[in-house]
Amino acid sequence: MKQKLIIIGAGMASGRLIEQVQARDPEAFDITLFNAEPRGNYNRIMLSPVLSGEKTYAEIVTHDDAFYAENGITCRFGEHVVAIDRARKVVVGQKGEVAYDKLVIATGSAPFIIPVPGKDLPGVVTYRDLDDTNAMIEAATKGGKAVVIGGGLLGLEAAAGLSDRGMDVTVLHLMGHLMERQLDEAAAHLLRCDLEKRGLRIITRASTAAILGTDRVEGVMLEDNTGLEADLVVMAVGIRPETRLATDAGIEVARGIEVNAQMQTSDPDIFAVGECIEFDGHLFGLVAPLYDQARVLAGSLLNGPDAFVVKDTATKLKVTGCDLFSAGDFSEGENREDIVFRDPARGVYKRLVIEDDRLVGAVMYGDTADGNWFFDLIKNETGIEEMRETLIFGPAYQGGDQANPLSAVAALPPEAEICGCNGVCKGTIVEAIHAGANELGALRSATKASASCGTCTGLVEQLLQVTLGDAFQMPTVQPVCGCTDLSHEDVRRLIKTKELKSQPAVWQELGWTTPNGCHVCRPAINFYLLADWPLDYRDDPQSRFVNERKHANIQKDGSFSVVPRMWGGITNPRELRAIADAADKYGVPTVKVTGGQRIDLLGVRGEDLPAIWSDLNRAGLVSGHAYSKGLRTVKTCVGTDHCRFGTQDSTGLGIKLEQMLWGSWTPHKVKLAVSGCPRNCAEATCKDVGIVCVDSGYQIGVAGAAGMDVKETERLADVATEQEAIDLTVAFIQLYRENAKYLDRPYKWVAKVGLDWVRSRVVDDLAERSRLIDAFELSQSVYRRDPWAEHAQTRAQSYTPLADLTLEAAE
Amino acid sequence: MSWIDIGALADIPERGARVVKTELGCVAVFRTAEAEIFAVSNACPHKAGPLSEGIVHGRRVTCPLHNWVFDLDSGEAVGEDARIATYPTRIAAGRILLDGTALRKRSAA
Repeated sequence: MKQKLIIIGAGMASGRLIEQVQARDPEAFDITLFNAEPRGNYNRIMLSPVLSGEKTYAEIVTHDDAFYAENGITCRFGEHVVAIDRARKVVVGQKGEVAYDKLVIATGSAPFIIPVPGKDLPGVVTYRDLDDTNAMIEAATKGGKAVVIGGGLLGLEAAAGLSDRGMDVTVLHLMGHLMERQLDEAAAHLLRCDLEKRGLRIITRASTAAILGTDRVEGVMLEDNTGLEADLVVMAVGIRPETRLATDAGIEVARGIEVNAQMQTSDPDIFAVGECIEFDGHLFGLVAPLYDQARVLAGSLLNGPDAFVVKDTATKLKVTGCDLFSAGDFSEGENREDIVFRDPARGVYKRLVIEDDRLVGAVMYGDTADGNWFFDLIKNETGIEEMRETLIFGPAYQGGDQANPLSAVAALPPEAEICGCNGVCKGTIVEAIHAGANELGALRSATKASASCGTCTGLVEQLLQVTLGDAFQMPTVQPVCGCTDLSHEDVRRLIKTKELKSQPAVWQELGWTTPNGCHVCRPAINFYLLADWPLDYRDDPQSRFVNERKHANIQKDGSFSVVPRMWGGITNPRELRAIADAADKYGVPTVKVTGGQRIDLLGVRGEDLPAIWSDLNRAGLVSGHAYSKGLRTVKTCVGTDHCRFGTQDSTGLGIKLEQMLWGSWTPHKVKLAVSGCPRNCAEATCKDVGIVCVDSGYQIGVAGAAGMDVKETERLADVATEQEAIDLTVAFIQLYRENAKYLDRPYKWVAKVGLDWVRSRVVDDLAERSRLIDAFELSQSVYRRDPWAEHAQTRAQSYTPLADLTLEAAE
Repeated sequence: MSWIDIGALADIPERGARVVKTELGCVAVFRTAEAEIFAVSNACPHKAGPLSEGIVHGRRVTCPLHNWVFDLDSGEAVGEDARIATYPTRIAAGRILLDGTALRKRSAA
């Protein structure tokens, strides 16, 4: 006699299950299939092509009425299951009860709805099923603006589809880069570029505060108060297993319905499969493991036991023109090594992660033709020792000369393109080398290879070495660090000319060999980006040395020093009282007067920083930036106010300069001084910029030093008015910000470029001077503010321990 | 193992760290990627620099005092014969869990 089998849910997993059961033993079960949607099984992963218009619903139906009739399956479509009564072994549907011998729960997943005001407004949709898809298609026919919340797989497919249907689409993503679960930053950067080229607007680190509208959705408000207009809002922030029926029936549920390797729940007659389950701590959202589960479950139901194991899965995005592939585990690790290949001209990025001579992960963008070959290597745990050198070039290049580290280049065919900018292939370069171009410069003028953006310079040099052998000496440019062969100067030039505005853009476009840099290059790149693109690039605290991240100087015992700003070295009793009170209140062990005419509180505990800043802020004191590669102090003497020798108001000028310059980031620290007469009590002639007042005006000296090196300033110019003195100072500092190598003090930079070069721009060329001043002012519109106040108000939490387990133990 | 919930994943910025106070000192909890956490001793074996304040790159951290670099997975110092203690971690439903048993072992030592 046939057993009664009920399946709740007609998704991808249940469709495959029915096929498997019917194929193995069509006589075993009377099957009843419930589905809340008024239709049967269709291929949900093809909803995106339906949304974009590339396919119709009819094309993605996997099981039609004829199939159900042929296989004698009772269909209860469009009917919700109300309850499972395990005691009586019946499923309670809206239209009546059905008894079961075996029950399969395949309820899939429900979209996660972020709990913000306005989430229930008409015009806010999710993206899970055909009804959602149709709702979006319907909305798109009216055109207008759509906001998609969520930059994961589903969100981006929805966004691309809506954009194809003519809507103006903005994607909001909470994380720093798109598809962070599947992609690293470099691949995500390329994806973003491609999506932006298609007209999508993408905002990362965007936290939704509210969905606005009265009768229906009208817009979205972000936490930072950015407002976006919207006629349609799609929530695609994630899914959670749909477990309500199981929970209500008293079946064990963790995040999903818990099953064993036979897909059996805590009730031996009830099984579960698909996105609603949890197995060994894993949840499932991709189709491959779902099909595996369906196969295993068919075995369990038919006494042909099998066991489900979690395998690696590969991801592809179904957006035309965005070619990405991700598989396995691509995080870094001690025993793991990366092989990174970047071809900036073609927008290609490939990264392979290797552990113990096995490939364990792969991320690719732009060229994913070898994706499945790599995926096979991962799944089969194939040893890759033999083909390591050329592995990244794919299956076509295996079997070359492994002993030679240059074999990858040697293995390239003559028609392989080396220089993307100028379209020069390997054959042309090798010919030119044979014709006598035996060094980089000659080769550049002969073939134009590496003559434009320069990112292929390394490859071209390798070709020289492969072709000439020992006759070629690799040149020694000082690279920024081990992550790149480019020098600081090259990186700065390329950031400007290629308009690179984010760190992932730099890593990708300039061919970084590490996934996200190191402690040497990250602070430098962070500075270059914020100096060149003050409005586009946002300072990255995680790329800053602790002092600049925490706005205080770390001391050898891990405590910090706090130095409030004293403009021009001038203070007053109120400020001094506040400093004294703070020193008492926070038990500051050492109070020291600094060489820069202010007071240093040494030995403040890291946790106390926001509180002490808050106290100092109340007395009007702000950060002295005593920790930054930025403006430190403007030292002054008392000038005409009190001194019988003073020629100008040196204190007043010092204060004006400090108020103009404070908060700005520079390649290294910058110290100024203004002396009121040539007796030079403020020691202005050994500063980065030192002004000496004279009867006729102001002598402006630059590029002095009084540290590791001692050097007198060089005269930039003599000017008559205070305003000119300020203008030249600002212009000089901006020129330094735009051109110097990170960690070069001005004296080192001026020695490289020459004072004449500086003078021609800052003093002689008035248009350039005013451009420099404007550029500095633009940057200061972002950075001229007190970081202490900001951190005390909004980031105090980050200064405290995440948890205190000592308290717990004491209880 | 006894897993202790010490906070939300979102409490630590990517490529950042926070400390957790334990009986005998601080443990540094690093977030190296979107969903990747490591817990190690906060004190550099060189001069006890607070590793949680270092720059995080890949799965490594650079000590803020004298630039020693540590692999967070193994605890090994790169290019130095030294290592720091590492502790098991787990991420569940956006929360960070540390193993209380391992931390007590440290306390007893």
